[in-house]
Amino acid sequence: MRKIYDFHGGIHPPENKQQSLGGPIRSAGIPKQLTVPLSQHIGAASKPLVTIGERVLKGQVIAEAGGFVSVPQHAPSSGTVIAIEDRAIPHPSGFHAPCIVIECDGKDEWLPLQGLANYSERSPEELLDLIREAGIAGMGGAGFPAAVKLKGKPESQIQTLIINGTECEPYITADDALMRERAEDIITGVKILQHIVKPTETLIGVEDNKPEGIVALREAAQGSDIEVVEFPTKYPSGGEKQLIEILTGKQVPSGGLPADIGIVCQNLGTTVAVQQAVLQGRPLISRITTVTGEAVDQPGNFEVLLGTPMSHLLELAGYDSTRNKRLIMGGPMMGFTLTDLNVPVVKTTNCLLAPSESELPAPPPAQACIRCGLCAEACPASLLPQQLFWFSQGKEYEKLEQHNLFDCIECGACSYVCPSNIPLVQYYRASKADILQQRRDHEKSEQSRLRFEARQERLAREEEEKAAKRAARKKAAELRAQQAADSDSVEDPIQAAIERAKAKKASQQQSAATESELEKLEKAVASTRKRLETASSKLKQAQEEGSELVEALQKGVDKTQVKLEQAEKALAEYQAKQPQATEGSHDTGDAAQAAIAKAKAARAAAGDMSPQEKLQKQVDNLRQRLEKTSQRLAESRSAGEEAKIVDALEATEQRLQSKLAEAEQELAKFNAMEAS
Amino acid sequence: MFELIAQYPLLAALAALVSLGAIFGALLGFAAVRFKTEGNPIADQINELLPQTQCGQCGHPGCRPYAEAIAGGAAINKCPPGGEATIQALADLLDVEAIPLDAEHGEENITAVAYIREDECIGCTKCIQACPVDAILGAAKQMHTVISSECTGCDLCVEPCPVDCIDMIPQEENLQTWHWKLPELGRRNLDIIASDADKGNVA
Repeated sequence: MRKIYDFHGGIHPPENKQQSLGGPIRSAGIPKQLTVPLSQHIGAASKPLVTIGERVLKGQVIAEAGGFVSVPQHAPSSGTVIAIEDRAIPHPSGFHAPCIVIECDGKDEWLPLQGLANYSERSPEELLDLIREAGIAGMGGAGFPAAVKLKGKPESQIQTLIINGTECEPYITADDALMRERAEDIITGVKILQHIVKPTETLIGVEDNKPEGIVALREAAQGSDIEVVEFPTKYPSGGEKQLIEILTGKQVPSGGLPADIGIVCQNLGTTVAVQQAVLQGRPLISRITTVTGEAVDQPGNFEVLLGTPMSHLLELAGYDSTRNKRLIMGGPMMGFTLTDLNVPVVKTTNCLLAPSESELPAPPPAQACIRCGLCAEACPASLLPQQLFWFSQGKEYEKLEQHNLFDCIECGACSYVCPSNIPLVQYYRASKADILQQRRDHEKSEQSRLRFEARQERLAREEEEKAAKRAARKKAAELRAQQAADSDSVEDPIQAAIERAKAKKASQQQSAATESELEKLEKAVASTRKRLETASSKLKQAQEEGSELVEALQKGVDKTQVKLEQAEKALAEYQAKQPQATEGSHDTGDAAQAAIAKAKAARAAAGDMSPQEKLQKQVDNLRQRLEKTSQRLAESRSAGEEAKIVDALEATEQRLQSKLAEAEQELAKFNAMEAS
Repeated sequence: MFELIAQYPLLAALAALVSLGAIFGALLGFAAVRFKTEGNPIADQINELLPQTQCGQCGHPGCRPYAEAIAGGAAINKCPPGGEATIQALADLLDVEAIPLDAEHGEENITAVAYIREDECIGCTKCIQACPVDAILGAAKQMHTVISSECTGCDLCVEPCPVDCIDMIPQEENLQTWHWKLPELGRRNLDIIASDADKGNVA
């Protein structure tokens, strides 16, 4: 007799298992339509391989694995693919997700299957590939791809293989039914797993509330090294870490995996799927699902094709919707409420619970925590639920992590014993999700920071390179000028030009020496003003004629204005520096002032003209854009595009409208000013 | 010398203290030069907490400059993308009072991702120059597109677009991002203490 250990906490809720154990496993038959979600497991969603209108055979791969932690999906029956679209799926969010919908032809025509008669001659890798190709994901409830779990880490040596036949949640009897009726298949499946994992011991853990199942299993396991271990019923002994502690006395370290202590666990249902996949080549296209609760007349276990609508299954069990308030997938402890009766059965649907109102009443309003400590006594993970509850309320994520929130298995034992009816697990789930979200956000912000910094660096580098190039060009030009000056040949026109420019400069310098500085500055102002005047008149002419050159001329005027300003400034500065000189040339100073005033007036006139024009242009532009956006909005509305695109377009339209209104207002202001 | 010290204990104490002071002063001086910290470590820590959208809504050209401004005493409530959570984290780090978000700098919105209506894009590259994280792909006179996984939703590309073909599409919750929410407050009566509880309500 093997020594049985105990784990901390746990509860004894009413088992309610007898209702669904009245008869043998029934077949749920072939429904009219099968809806196969592309994501029935933990990990990446599968990628569809079929097209709408294609005929598929039973067992045909209709979607391939979407990554390493993923599984393919198979057609559960023969028929025609009629849609690949978002449909309601069994998920607590009630969201829709991509599904392949098959209209069944009722022939249930199999793809030719090829099994392995002697798996023991094959390598574990080959068998793992087979298991992966068969689309097997853990059938206990979480749905982790079985092949990934069995492969484990290369460095971890697995000593113990544990098959989880605990089924500790109330109401569920799917594994119990399998044990009673298909013990041989289970044992064969376990032997295949043994061949893959090569453990030194293999244990099947079963709670003592399944005596018939235990007897059947022991009979089938005779003569093998598989040990069927019976232990007292307690919820949640089926939790992976709890079961490991019960059977081996070892605890999986916090944040670790069973593989870290040389153990791998598989669900009992998974072993049957493995047996079918390896020996018959049959992919995972059906499972055993318990349909129970007071709202069904004939509760029991059904062998049901994956993708079968729940409503079909409920009908077979004699479902009375008047007696039922909420439909639960999974057990009463860890299951979740379904929002839609037509969601399909998936790989993890172990139970469909349709309780009456009196059987599973709606939770009463939560009261304040009275710190009674019952939850801490019930917690199978030895956590402090009431502490976690406080920290969850205060969103103290750091504290939550210090109190090992992530060791919580969300079994619901704490909520079950809470005298204040506080939905504790709900708090933990929300906090876990928030923490994970924070981690993801932080990762993303880290990535953004790196990209931002890389960009800044790149911009700085480009700027440097440009500056270096400019310097190099300048140097080259100087060098050429030097060369030209050195050589006497005047045949080169560029060199001749350089020579001429140099000569001019020299003569200017000579004359500048004779001319007074003031005179020079005045001359500069005068000449610039003259230039500005001619340019302005040209611009006016061009505007009257509507010439294309307006823009270029406008630019020229602007430039000249700037130059004029500079010249005036230089003059003013010079005058300020030499007051006696200004006195001496009183007339010229006045003239400069007048010129400044004149220039200012001219600039104001020119400036007045251009902004108005600019505004008009802007308004026209905005109007055009608005029209385009409105058109696009109408198009996308009539095309029935996604709501978020329409929303975004609407936002853009609004923004444009407000911009246009602003610009128009400004334009009106200008017009009014001009009119006055 | 020893006799002198032995005769005047006061002198001995004075000498000891002065020499100790000189030794440790020299040590500290050496440490200040040898182990000088580069940059501002507080600004680094603050920068860690900011969401790195580089959106400039705080009035600073990026998250790093805002972090430096906060380290220099600027208000911590100018970051709308970070929202209340960031303000709380900053308040914890700097040990100051958490203050509500400054509405002047915008409101905390659902994260959005820029989307370029590609048939309307004229390939002007203005959005590419505006994007602080290089999340827009394209070249002159070629269609541009947003690498949505890198987009921080900062909005900076929307304004420069001459044809307004960029939309900010709010990120909706999907199956991957969905998670359980905290129980609704309406269903809980925390003000009731255990002894006051309505007996009819208790199961």
